[in-house]
Order: sequence, then C-alpha cells, then structure tokens
Amino acid sequence: MARIRFRQPSILPGFGLTFGFTIFYLSLIVLIPILGLFVKTFELDWASFERIVTGPRFLAALRLSFGASLLAALFNVVIGTLIAWVLVRYRFFARRFVDAIIDLPFALPTAVAGIALTSLYVPQGWFGRLFAPYGITIAYTPVGIWIALVFIGLPFVVRTVQPVLEDFNREVEEAAATLGAPRRTTIARVILPPLLPAILTGFSLSFARAVGEYGSVIFIAGNIPRQTEILPLLIVFRLEEREYAAAAAIATVMLLVSFLILLAVNLIQTWSTRRFGHV
Amino acid sequence: MSDPDLSAADAAQLSPTTEAWPVRAALIALTIVVVAVLLVVPLLVVFVQALGLGIGAALSTFRDADAVAAIGLTLLVAAVAVPCNMIFGIAAAWAIAKYRFPGRAFLITLIDLPFSVSPVVAGLVYVLLLGPFTPIGAWLLEDYGVRVIFAVPGVVLATIFVTFPFVARELIPLMQDQGTGDEEAAISLGASGWQTFWYVTLPNVKWALLYGVLLCNARAMGEFGAVAVISGKLRGETVTMPLQIELYYQEFRAMAQVSAFSLAAVLAGLALVTLAIKSWLEWRYADQLAATRAGH
Repeated sequence: MARIRFRQPSILPGFGLTFGFTIFYLSLIVLIPILGLFVKTFELDWASFERIVTGPRFLAALRLSFGASLLAALFNVVIGTLIAWVLVRYRFFARRFVDAIIDLPFALPTAVAGIALTSLYVPQGWFGRLFAPYGITIAYTPVGIWIALVFIGLPFVVRTVQPVLEDFNREVEEAAATLGAPRRTTIARVILPPLLPAILTGFSLSFARAVGEYGSVIFIAGNIPRQTEILPLLIVFRLEEREYAAAAAIATVMLLVSFLILLAVNLIQTWSTRRFGHV
Repeated sequence: MSDPDLSAADAAQLSPTTEAWPVRAALIALTIVVVAVLLVVPLLVVFVQALGLGIGAALSTFRDADAVAAIGLTLLVAAVAVPCNMIFGIAAAWAIAKYRFPGRAFLITLIDLPFSVSPVVAGLVYVLLLGPFTPIGAWLLEDYGVRVIFAVPGVVLATIFVTFPFVARELIPLMQDQGTGDEEAAISLGASGWQTFWYVTLPNVKWALLYGVLLCNARAMGEFGAVAVISGKLRGETVTMPLQIELYYQEFRAMAQVSAFSLAAVLAGLALVTLAIKSWLEWRYADQLAATRAGH
C-alpha cells in the first residue's frame, strides 16, 4: 500500500496505543478545558470585554502583577546568576547544602511559603521588627508581594544558568587571560555572552511563574483593592461573584501573556542553539 | 627576599581563571546570606511558630477532625493524581521518544503547557467546563448525581492538571538520549512488546521515573491555587491540607495559628524529604537522569 506515512517505520510495537492515549489524555485534561475558557470569553461582546479589561481595578491589578513580577525577575537574574556562579566555581563549606536548598521553592507548598513569609515580615515578625522602627512596613504592601515573588522565582534562574556554566570551556578563559585580558574583561566579554540565553530563559521562566503565582502571594499581599490586589486574586473574586465571563476574560488575558512568554523562551533557545550550539 | 611583584604574579599564575580571594569570599558570603534570609529562615519559622505554644498544642492539631479529614483528602488526591500522570508520562515518553513523526516538538510544548498556566486559571477552566451551571455539569449532576466542582472529583482533576508534565518531562529527554537500540534488540530476539517495556525500557529509566514521581507527588500534595478555586472549601469534605492551613490561618485565634503552622510543618517536612531524596538521586544517579534540568 503506497501511502504517505505519518511516522517513520519502526519494529517497536505500541505506537498506536501510547500515541492515542497521549493525545486523548492531553485533550481531556489540558486542551479541551483551555479551549472552553476561550469559548466562554467569546460569549462576551466586545464592549463588555473592553469594560472588563479597562476597569480601574483590573488595570491596577495588571500593573501590580506585571510590575512586581518584572522587578522580582530582574532581582532574581542578578542574584541567581551570582549564586549559580558561586555554586559552580567555588568550593566552600556547606556548598552541597546550599545547592540542595535552592530548590526549596519548588518543593515547598505555596501556602506554607505564604504564611511563613507573612509571619516573618509583619511588623512583629523576625524581619519586620527590624524595619518597623523606621516606619517601613513590608507585609501587606507591594514590597511584601515582591519578596514572595523573589522567593518562588529564584530557583528558575539558578537552575537554568548552572548547567551552562558547568559545561563552560575553561580553556577559553585561559586563552583570554594568556592574551592579557584582565579578569573583569574576561567575565564581561568571554563568559557572559554565552551565558546570556540561559539568563534570558531563567528570567522568562521566573517572570512567567511570578505573574501567575497565587498561594505564596495572597497571604503577604493583604489584598487591598487597587493597592495590593494581584490578577489571579481578581479572577477568584469574579468567580465568587459568579461573574464567570468576566473571570474568563481576565484569565484569557493572562493566558495570552504566558503564551507570548513561552514563545519568547522558545525563540531564545532556537537562537541560542544556532549561535552557541547549546541551549 | 622575594620580589613582591613577582609573588603577586605567581599567585595570579596559579589561577588565571578565578577571582582574587576577597572577591571570592564576598560572593560566597553573599550567597550564604541570601540563601539563609530568603530560604532557610522562612523554613525555620514554620517549625518555630508550630511549637509556639509547646509541642502538646502543636500535636493537638492532629486530633482536630478537620485536620484529619484534610490529611486524608490530600493523601487520596495524591494517590489518584500521581499514578494517572505517571501512566501518561510513560505512554507519552514511549510515543515521543521511540518513534519519529512530525510535530513531536510541538507535542512536548503542549505537554509542558500546564506549567505556564496560573494555578488559579487551571482551577477556573474546570469550573467553566464542569460547573453546575454548565451543560456538562448539569447533565452529570441531574442524570448521574455526580458533582464535580465544589466536590472531590474537581479537586482531583485540578491536581492532575497542575502536576500533568512532571513525569513526562523527566522521561522524554532521557528516553530520546537512550534511543531504540536496546528495545529493537529485545524485539528481534522474540520478546513481546510488554516484556520489552518491562525488562528493558523500565530498568533503563527507573531513577528518572522515580525523580519525576517524587516532584509530581510534592506538587500534588502542596497545590493551593487550583484547588482553592475548585473546592468550594467545604470543611471536612473538599478541604486539602494547604486549604486547611489557610482556614486555620484566617481564624486569628492563637490556637488556630498554631494549628495552621503545625499542618504547614508537616508539608514543610515533606518538602525537606523530597529535596533530600532528589539531591541523593541527582548525586548518585546523575548519569541515569536526564542530561538537562531546566526550571519547573
């Protein structure tokens, strides 16, 4: 039978079963529900959609979510790259412990992180107490939200930069040193450029996670309308008010943004593979 | 007497590819301070707060019916969600890694999709699809008496969604690296498909599978946002441990605070065990886990 084959021939059995199950389960759990969200959003006419996404409460939450996430991701890029550098290049006491504990934000449930950070940064807390005499409050302000987002985003940068740094060819650095480059020139012109794709990927992952984060933020945010209300919380409120289409509209905006970020990550990786031969 | 310039040059000669020691010391100190302030102290404060009124008060949490029900539900949810995603992960990895067909990269992107969706949105999509006001939800409720949203099945579904990619994303790169040679040899020698999978493929990927299941389980037991949206927070019925922590925390009684942090301490302990096993696996079986490990 001469027909164009979907897949290349193989003697291994089970393609139909595993491929079929993969598509079925993926559609059932992920694709159809997400499609349903878009359908629900399209139930709105344009005027109501516009009213929802230009309302002052939505805009305030949008600004806060994206602003705090951006600042947290920027902080994480700097600190995360430094930590990755220290973990790969230096040998010191407790290095293995630091290396293992970096993943804590992945393993610790967000609600636990949320109440722990809140109890630290309230004015009576261990850290809040240090700032309270100067009239600085951290919990229940955007600064508190920023701290929670730094917490959950940090491992993304460390874990994307670390493997690239481990594979880095030290001979290139030696060549730079032999040719008389001072250390900081070597770092700026030889080491950082190939690290850049990993740093950008880490930034995007950290930022994307921060925009959608809920559990670790809502406890420390205080959730004051138009001041410390994040986008995911707004969805929860719309749901509780049974404003399903409005909730879907906000979620659609958030989803589109995460798709754009995902696309950016893929483009960075394609570019990096072409430019440096690695991700 | 040695020339100071020369000895400085000697020191530089020893390590032309590292920084001067004050820089190294400063960076190491900075790392330790950041990790301590940002990660270790928040972990510590959970246990300190849990024991704030003594160990007896902390332990009395686990005699509260709500807490016991929450622990039971969390175990039940993980016991359903983790095997479902494990079977899916194995099937997806077999289909994607052992055969060549167009669109594999796109399929991997779709599998990773739940990681880039906010947990709240993950809960919302099911409420919109299966809520009692929707056609499917109404049909399930009226014809079969099955309530999905604001009930246990919804909590399970939301957990499956947020933990969807964990096993697949560990297995796919590893099985792609391993190729199909071993399996082809087994089939040529007359093994059946299941025998090949059971005796050849599975032993090759067992540590990566364990790694994926471990991360999947940690997330399944700790999920908050998606479950919060879908559960309706009916005490003793649809409340998992993270939700019960929130309910206790909002009570503002000293005893309820202790209960919140006691439950949180259990989950923090689980996170520590997860990290310990994970680090051990990475250290012991680094070569048998997938080569690249980007963020989750």
